[in-house]
Amino acid sequence: MNNKVNFTIDDKECTSTSDKYIVEAARENGVYIPTLCNYDGVKPAGSCRVCTVKVNKRYLTACTTPIAEGMEIEVNTTDLQDFRNAVVELLFTEGNHFCPACEKSGNCELQALAYKFQIMAPRFPFQFNERYIDASNPKIYHDHNRCILCKRCIRVVKDDKGKSVFAFENRARQIRINFDSKLGEVLTDELAEKAMEVCPVGSILVKGKGFKDPIGTRKFDHTPIDKIVIPEKQNI
Amino acid sequence: MTKDFVHQTIKKFNSDSYRLLDMLLDIQQEYGYISKDNISVLAGELNQSEADIGQTITFYHFLRSKPQGKYSIYLNNSIVSKMMGMDKIARQFEKESGIKFGEVTKDGQISLHYTSCIGMSDQEPAAIINEKIFTNLTTFRVKEIVLAMRQGKPVESMYCTNFGGGKNSSPLVESVVRNNIRRSGPLLQLNYVPGQVLQNKVSLMSPDEVISEIKDSHLRGRGGAGFPTGLKWQFCRRAKGARKFIFCNADEGEPGTFKDRVLLTEKPEMVFEGMTVAAYAVGAKEGILYLRYEYKYLETYLKQVLQDLHGKNLLGENISGISGFDFDIRIQYGAGAYICGEESSLIESAEGKRGEPRPRPPFPVEKGYLGYPTIVNNVETLCSTVTILQNGANWYRELGTDESTGTKVLSISGDCLYPGIYELEWGFSINDILEMSGAESTQAVQVGGPSGALVPPSQFNRILCYSDLATGGSLIIFNQTRDLLRDVVMNFTEFFVEESCGSCVPCRNIPALLKKKLEKIQAGDGVREDLKEIEEWSNIMQINRCGLGHTAANPVITSLKNFRKLYEALIQKDVNFDSGIDLSAAVAESCEFVDRIPQL
Ligand SMILES: Cc1cc2nc3c(=O)[nH]c(=O)nc-3n(C[C@H](O)[C@H](O)[C@H](O)COP(=O)(O)O)c2cc1C
Ligand code: SF4
Ligand code: FES
Repeated sequence: MNNKVNFTIDDKECTSTSDKYIVEAARENGVYIPTLCNYDGVKPAGSCRVCTVKVNKRYLTACTTPIAEGMEIEVNTTDLQDFRNAVVELLFTEGNHFCPACEKSGNCELQALAYKFQIMAPRFPFQFNERYIDASNPKIYHDHNRCILCKRCIRVVKDDKGKSVFAFENRARQIRINFDSKLGEVLTDELAEKAMEVCPVGSILVKGKGFKDPIGTRKFDHTPIDKIVIPEKQNI
Repeated sequence: MTKDFVHQTIKKFNSDSYRLLDMLLDIQQEYGYISKDNISVLAGELNQSEADIGQTITFYHFLRSKPQGKYSIYLNNSIVSKMMGMDKIARQFEKESGIKFGEVTKDGQISLHYTSCIGMSDQEPAAIINEKIFTNLTTFRVKEIVLAMRQGKPVESMYCTNFGGGKNSSPLVESVVRNNIRRSGPLLQLNYVPGQVLQNKVSLMSPDEVISEIKDSHLRGRGGAGFPTGLKWQFCRRAKGARKFIFCNADEGEPGTFKDRVLLTEKPEMVFEGMTVAAYAVGAKEGILYLRYEYKYLETYLKQVLQDLHGKNLLGENISGISGFDFDIRIQYGAGAYICGEESSLIESAEGKRGEPRPRPPFPVEKGYLGYPTIVNNVETLCSTVTILQNGANWYRELGTDESTGTKVLSISGDCLYPGIYELEWGFSINDILEMSGAESTQAVQVGGPSGALVPPSQFNRILCYSDLATGGSLIIFNQTRDLLRDVVMNFTEFFVEESCGSCVPCRNIPALLKKKLEKIQAGDGVREDLKEIEEWSNIMQINRCGLGHTAANPVITSLKNFRKLYEALIQKDVNFDSGIDLSAAVAESCEFVDRIPQL
């Protein structure tokens, strides 16, 4: 069933199979498309819009759109790069991000994208939205200042009966992540770790653990995010 | 006691978590709100977490997890309501009840809320009080109404006029809402006989013949996007699925639109017949009318119509004697969210979830409700298919223009003598419409609601049709006395800020940033750079997931394009750039503390 498909990315001839989303197909062909809300192996949400590409003149998210025969995909054009920067800048101004004081610094995907895009200052004004920190759970420290509402925790962290530990609350600008207090009480160490791992930023942290790796030696400290997603030797 | 009702409700819907929205609405109807305890029962029975139930509740404007007043007053704060004096009405409500909007009186009797357009733009200011509609409110009426509430009277005793015309007066509706049909065409004329199309036409046609007739008519969706209806049906017919669904989109949330309300009031049989025809064409057995909660006052009536159709064998099994053709329709209520009019969001909502639009592909015709092929069509589109089959595609194509065939039901409101419903052939100009509705010294017309465009007089010769000014049918007229930026553009922008589902980063943030820019410009602090930024930032909106995000900057962008002078007049001359911060103001407090005058 998984047919071979031919397509182009920025005029480069590529091939993949029809069971892939554009991001994956691009990666196979050595092309990095930035993502943020996407998480490997989990149904894509397509909410951050950072992976936006242009396919046959239409803007689509590469994480949600299956690859198809004959697609002409634009990835690294000026307008698309500008849109991606805008998304990252919006997130930095929407939340309250103080990277130097964050346990996730160096392992944070938002920060990594800002480095990769070489964002010096956001074009948008800081919003100074009032967010709060929930430290009531014995295992998890939940800092809403840093949350980018990517929905990863909601999609991934489920208890053994398949119930969601995290859920949205409200809509529009009032939207936030809610932590189920009952399930939270019986959260296993494993799930707590999982939650911290899926969070792309430092919003969900496991209590009593920190600075295992000193700042300066972390994931994105020396290697840009695109080179981690697609290691150099793979990039043929 | 409490638990009993909740358990019964859950049972009534077969413990099916896809019916969560229905359960929540029923529970709220019973207790006035959805308590923590009841959330806990629902979570247990449906095998979900409480947070999961909570995320559906908190998405919807009309669902609440705290008690509200025994009388809950939802005053419409849409643009037309404001133009017709909403502010005075709101202040009067506050004065009489002694509370502010968003609050409940201490005795738990009255609560005041604002709500987005309730589909009554031709009879504003209007409010919903305990599911009953009150129109043309005046301060005098407010005093009467609050007094009656203090006396504990039933809401229906608070009307002071006869019921509205047409079916509004039916004993099953008994509403003071008026139809205000000013001009009727094939859809609104009186000669429609329910069931004729099914009995005399469809029963003699194959599903493919029905689809090709609709295709030949060149009918395009009337819900706003204008997708060819015949093609949509064909896609769904071809899609494989053990079940298929027909949705009628009666969410009608675009401010200034109220034509679906009138069609549902006067021609519900036609709407349902349209759904049935669609079902026959694509091979569906199940239909759902997704009805906005604001129109709940039509519930008893619509249910009776459905029952009558059953009685006439126009719904149910072997419909009209077509052997093996079974189809039934149920009503699904929304709960207050404009985004739920977007078709994939509507499907999510009908599945008991938050109304967040789905990524596309897959499209609903392939994978819709419960993952099955699904048609979503607007109320008016479905009615149109009935007239097409009745009179033929050739007849239909004679109406309107070459590429925009047929008629369009327009909702006209704002500054004109005769606001109401006008069914017109495509091809009339804005000038024609202004003349028709008795509008004088018009400054601008909002075509297509907030997501459409603010059109200036220099373009009043433009034509309503898919190739020029396409519209879902809302036209709001503003005369010279209106402050377009302060009142209109601001109101529309606030609407989008509130109605975004909140998923996409640009849609969640940029409208609020644009609103700040507008406020800055209004205050006289704007600079030329602000206008440039408005344009650049709005441009980012095209990467959002759905139509709401794509159009949410339109109020600002189309007004800036068509009424640039209004912006130019407000910004500071000769100042091109500012830092965006007033340093003196920012340090004023600390200076005062140390007894210093800011010297900057
Ligand atoms: C934010 C938003 C709100 C919408 N609201 C409605 C609505 O209230 N009624 C409607 O029929 N279509 C609405 N639509 C359009 C629907 O997505 C869909 O295109 C339409 O129901 C299809 O029916 P049609 O082809 O018969 O027009 C809306 C779209 C968006 C993006
Ligand atoms: S564009 Fe706005 S309303 Fe549409 S999905 Fe994105 S956030 Fe939700
Ligand atoms: S990664 Fe594709 S939308 Fe977020």
